[in-house]
Amino acid sequence: MTTFDLNFAVDYFTLFDLPRAQSLDMERLEQRFRSIQSQVHPDKHAHAADADRRLAMQWATRVNEAFQTLKSPGKRARYLLQLLGHDAQIESNTAMPVEFLMSQMELREAVMAARSAADETALEEVRLHLLAEIKGEYERLAGLIDVSKDFSAAANAVRQLMFQEKLLNEIDDALEAVTA
Amino acid sequence: MALLQIAEPGESAAPHEHRLAVGIDLGTTNSLVATVRSGMSVVLNDAVGRPLLPSVVGYAADGSVEVGYSAEAKQFIDPKNTIVSVKRFMGRGRGDIAHIETLPYDFVDTEGMVKLRTIAGIKSPVEISAEILKTVRNRAEATLGGELTGAVITVPAYFDDAQRQATKDAARLAGLNVLRLLNEPTAAAIAYGLDNSAEGIYAVFDLGGGTFDISILRLSKGVFEVMATGGDSALGGDDFDHRIFCWIIEQAKLTPLSPQDARLLQMRAREAKEQLSQHGRAPITVKLGSGEYVDLVLSTEVFAEITRTLVQKTLAPTRKALRDAGLTVADVRGVVMVGGSTRMPQIQHAVAELFKQEPLNNLDPEKVVALGAAIQANLLAGNRAAGDDWLLLDVIPLSLGLETMGGLVEKVIPRNSTIPVARAQEFTTFKDGQTAMVIHVVQGERELISDCRSLARFELRGIPPMVAGAARIRVTFQVDADGLLSVTAREQTTGREARIEVKPSYGLSDDEITGMLKDSFSHAGDDAFRRALRESQVEAQRLIEATQSALQDDADLLSILERAHVDAAVTRLQALMIGDDRRAIDQAMQGLSAATNEFAARRMNRSVQRALAGRNVNQISL
Repeated sequence: MTTFDLNFAVDYFTLFDLPRAQSLDMERLEQRFRSIQSQVHPDKHAHAADADRRLAMQWATRVNEAFQTLKSPGKRARYLLQLLGHDAQIESNTAMPVEFLMSQMELREAVMAARSAADETALEEVRLHLLAEIKGEYERLAGLIDVSKDFSAAANAVRQLMFQEKLLNEIDDALEAVTA
Repeated sequence: MALLQIAEPGESAAPHEHRLAVGIDLGTTNSLVATVRSGMSVVLNDAVGRPLLPSVVGYAADGSVEVGYSAEAKQFIDPKNTIVSVKRFMGRGRGDIAHIETLPYDFVDTEGMVKLRTIAGIKSPVEISAEILKTVRNRAEATLGGELTGAVITVPAYFDDAQRQATKDAARLAGLNVLRLLNEPTAAAIAYGLDNSAEGIYAVFDLGGGTFDISILRLSKGVFEVMATGGDSALGGDDFDHRIFCWIIEQAKLTPLSPQDARLLQMRAREAKEQLSQHGRAPITVKLGSGEYVDLVLSTEVFAEITRTLVQKTLAPTRKALRDAGLTVADVRGVVMVGGSTRMPQIQHAVAELFKQEPLNNLDPEKVVALGAAIQANLLAGNRAAGDDWLLLDVIPLSLGLETMGGLVEKVIPRNSTIPVARAQEFTTFKDGQTAMVIHVVQGERELISDCRSLARFELRGIPPMVAGAARIRVTFQVDADGLLSVTAREQTTGREARIEVKPSYGLSDDEITGMLKDSFSHAGDDAFRRALRESQVEAQRLIEATQSALQDDADLLSILERAHVDAAVTRLQALMIGDDRRAIDQAMQGLSAATNEFAARRMNRSVQRALAGRNVNQISL
């Protein structure tokens, strides 16, 4: 049995008893999430006293938040950098490499053109292209944080990733508008 | 005279008492109630053996109310006072209701949720739904022979906060203790999944009388995890009826109809639709009040043609839900069909074509939601049997956000977030010296405030005057396991908690509910005081049992002093709960809660540690 005092305030990695790293054993994360949620979820305390039920909701909320944060590579990297004392400066730092911005602008133009032409196939193509790009970025992030420990490069990558994920949302919106 | 039994102090009177709990499917067209008996989920029939209760409520001049088949039979005679499909009005304003001009009701011109003027007075959809729930509750209590501990009530997954709140209010009005609001497709997945030991990704396609839901779930080792949900809370079998209704009017070149004739044609339209699920053609013959005759035949082909856009309206949200879940149709192992409207052949074909597989129809699409709800109700009421160790993780269907400058929406919690979920965001002032702020909570996916549903307006006052942009207002959204939202706001720089006012835009205020409850008591000749006392006593008993069971498992977490403190609080409550001083009972309950707060926190920490160590509490306490 674990010896640390597990309480509400521990960080997400400690909560799931996982090492603080960008590469994560996803199966283990999911299994830990399920076993903790099976203990704390409000459904397991529905006939308990009010105090227990309130506590159950707070715990389940926190466990959900922790799981969602660690599950997504982008959110995980942001959180991890913060834990390591390297804020990704999402709001303040908007500088990005010119080549990256150019390629993103091209993609964005392709999305807008496909949207106005109601071209579902073209949208799906851009979406797949972007998904592959994002996947590559995830792998690069793991290397930057876990191996080379280049946290400022990792912070740049996180900011770019947020840019790409936003574009992915826009493509989904466009697909929705086109297929509706 | 029989002697009354008294249990030894510290022991619960009936340790293995089976608590009566039901699942209720409050449907647009029909409602059902089910319970778990001897480990089996069964639908409870009415006195003459019918499982369905038509969701129809009729009001009479003398104030009497009829619900179900008898009300349904009167809809042609008195359409204005016979309310069908009331679910479509729940948490809805006038502008939200489709084809409102063809409905025979007398709508009251009012802000917020619609109200109907009937011969028995003005009724809100919440009160009308409460009549259905009361009938269902009476059926359950008569069949099961006792008072219900609680009920799980199902709602469409795509119901927004206003619609959920309205449903919960209706249950409260009907005197039901709501254990949980459960999403209909999730309820179906429980019934299907447990029945078939299903593992993998499943889609639940739920087309009811007035609502459409699509949910994508992952079933794995006793965990039902909703990955994404989508739908249309104003699309269902009623709309297909309406297309046939319009087709009849067009084909027979009918002039404006009387409310009676309109209702008659709607009924014939629905019958024709049902017939087409089995046969290739449906004859429609009607003699109208005006003396006109209608004599038509509707074929499956024509029916499919006139409802093509409706079928398309189910496919777009389905694709969207798959995208949200990050999946393609190839990942889906099975498609469970739920809701009477999935019997229509064009729906079956469209679903099979989209998912490239035959949908699963091996459960009664009309009963499966109630059956699943009953299984969860049984569990939540505490009738846990060995092997019942499954868990449900559901999501919110629509994003929640706030209005910011320029009528834009800032999303705070995105759709398909697993619940319970909380998120806080900081906002600031726009003008120098600004001391108040309107916080407008909305739900929806669009960027403009005018395209989203307004849920509530909060006024935060008492912000200390500062230059624009200096104040830090932290707004916290919390969505509970029922999918219901609460919002709090606090000014950060001073640390002072500011006052907030809640004005639900579409719900009923607590005062309105209390007023309605009082009315219903005085009508029923019930004694409000005795009922409130009884509720407190039941609650006190529950609290004592919960505390004792916690002490049995984890007493070692308390010091001798702490233990004595808890025991004293229990003894005090036990002494008071026999009496009739409700306020004293409530105070003693608060005392016990306070005494066990820290104990509860330690127990929760322990259970999390045990979960990580790969053991569960049951194994350890054995």
